[in-house]
Amino acid sequence: MATLFRKIWDLHAVKSHGADALLYIDRHLVHEVTSPQAFEGLRLAGRAVRRPGAILAVPDHNVPTTPDRASRIEDRESREQIEALRRNALGAGVALFDISDPRQGIVHVIGPEAGLVQPGITIVCGDSHTGTLGAFGAVAFGIGTSEVEHVLATQALWQKMPRQMRVTVTGGLLPFVTPKDVILAVIAKIGAAGGTGHAIEFSGDTIRRMTMEGRMTVCNMTIEAGSRFGLIAPDEVTFAYLKGRPLAPSPGHWDAAVSYWRGLSSDPDASWDREVALDAGALEPHVTWGTSPQDALPVGGAVPDPESHADPAERARIRRALEYMALSPGTRLTDIPVDKVFIGSCTNARIEDLRAAAAVVKGRKVAPNVTALVVPGSGQVKKQSEEEGLDRVFLEAGFQWRLPGCSMCLGMNPDKLKSGERCASTSNRNFEGRQGPGGRTHLMSPPMAAAAAIAGRIADVREVVR
Amino acid sequence: MREKFLPLATVGVPLDRPNVDTDAIIPARYLKTVRRTGLGEGLFFAWRYDAEGSPRPGFPLNMPEYSGGKVLVAGENFGCGSSREHAVWALMDFGFRAVIAPSYSDIFHNNCLKNGMLPVTLPAGEVRSLMDALLAAPGGKVEVDLSGQTVTGPGGDVHPFRIDPFPKRCLLEGLDEIALTLSMAGEIDRYERERRKATPWLFGDLAG
Repeated sequence: MATLFRKIWDLHAVKSHGADALLYIDRHLVHEVTSPQAFEGLRLAGRAVRRPGAILAVPDHNVPTTPDRASRIEDRESREQIEALRRNALGAGVALFDISDPRQGIVHVIGPEAGLVQPGITIVCGDSHTGTLGAFGAVAFGIGTSEVEHVLATQALWQKMPRQMRVTVTGGLLPFVTPKDVILAVIAKIGAAGGTGHAIEFSGDTIRRMTMEGRMTVCNMTIEAGSRFGLIAPDEVTFAYLKGRPLAPSPGHWDAAVSYWRGLSSDPDASWDREVALDAGALEPHVTWGTSPQDALPVGGAVPDPESHADPAERARIRRALEYMALSPGTRLTDIPVDKVFIGSCTNARIEDLRAAAAVVKGRKVAPNVTALVVPGSGQVKKQSEEEGLDRVFLEAGFQWRLPGCSMCLGMNPDKLKSGERCASTSNRNFEGRQGPGGRTHLMSPPMAAAAAIAGRIADVREVVR
Repeated sequence: MREKFLPLATVGVPLDRPNVDTDAIIPARYLKTVRRTGLGEGLFFAWRYDAEGSPRPGFPLNMPEYSGGKVLVAGENFGCGSSREHAVWALMDFGFRAVIAPSYSDIFHNNCLKNGMLPVTLPAGEVRSLMDALLAAPGGKVEVDLSGQTVTGPGGDVHPFRIDPFPKRCLLEGLDEIALTLSMAGEIDRYERERRKATPWLFGDLAG
């Protein structure tokens, strides 16, 4: 019998050849960095956008996060990309949440907010973190620019059916342990290539208890385990999140949609190519020490010793990572000082993330010598945070409160690390130079990043709030 | 039409690292272009140049013995991370036409095929022996024959590899995949009509 992924796949196969299918794509998100060459390709070939009404465009990767951005963007190339997106969207009749639109934000945050990400759909974006949207029980995946062009022209895409993996997470999470810690632990367990060639369905009571925001954090980082697709079967939590959103099914279609959605789950006897189980009941807050997202440890741990590994390739990899990170084996993680703290990104910039960070920050001060910034995931998240007074909490503690965008997650806009700076970050990648050339990244949850800002070093949030 | 993939007989360039991510292949600051060309200058920038912008002499792409090589030999999980097709455009702009590695990220692998670049997957042990040979005797030649699906190492060692028939044909003939799919527009139309009946709520215009 079939997995949920397989069911959605089969429903969207316009035609199939063995494991390859021409999949119909229901929804397509585009941003300014991976789409200009796709629109240009269409123009050069004299082709039209097949279904403009299925597309939403938003600038997010290189928008500045400072208040003057609507009137002035210093960086000429960034400005050109944002203008190209505007021109391409308007020219094709594609919906655009432009830079000063209150709905603008990180593509993977605004799609769900608008209600356009729904159970059972196929949705793509020229961005590897598109798997985030699988949290709604959708087949959601990142594609390259040539594939963006292909979807623009045909509303379909040839894809090879991936193998099926199920990750079952059980147990109640301890206080201050978050969905970010769950996914960091999963990646540490299966490795940065553990999910390559697979779609991963997350199940188990821990996942069921998570909000949509938490489920999105989990699915967001499946790509960090090598898998393009993370997904979670929809349930009442999903339906309640969607109800009433602007692009969710209208009242006239709502009951039919929900009854369709209720049928979307893996059969109990579905066969899996690989099964992984994680007992999250005793899970600790996690922090990365190296330059791959798989390099995560509980916060009470210490920097590993490369010489303790039997495999020479792994020894070499760890040695190289420690050299880049300027860390010595045996150093306790909580003894590592930080220069910057970044709370933001498509992984952790939703309202719950900011609430969780603000709860730690409230009544405390950012340590001297630490620069800390909060970049809300969207204009909606920013507005709601301000209505709840979270901006005041952050500002009074010494954080900067910015406008929405991808920001310091990937250093395409002016927010980046300087060479040698060390950052506690709620983003998704600790690759060399990811947050700026020579920058050093430690990935963690929003409450843990907030704790690092207060302590001036990596800290166990539970000790900071005690 | 894309460029056809022609047989290669060229210097093999060893990059002896696992998990080479696309941020390392092409840093984000080079992604601000609206074109596909000219990205070679940013290729492996942080590894090719030091903080002052001087070439690092030990990095293979800076070594004269490897110059002009069109085949990159790398460790497992090559191209992981971001979906940026700029990584493939940068490798091609620099002159590479094929990569040989034990495994790739799925998106990078797809991106290669769409651009006429061949990602060859060989067993880890065979990549290791090619890598060791190229490191021990820089300048060694590697041949890549897509029709026959073989790689020949500097010592004359022959390594067969697998590739699905459709991408193989696309590479060899330089086919335009969009044109192929557009020839199936009738089937897409038919599917769309049925889907509109089954899930009408998915057919509103997002632009309102």
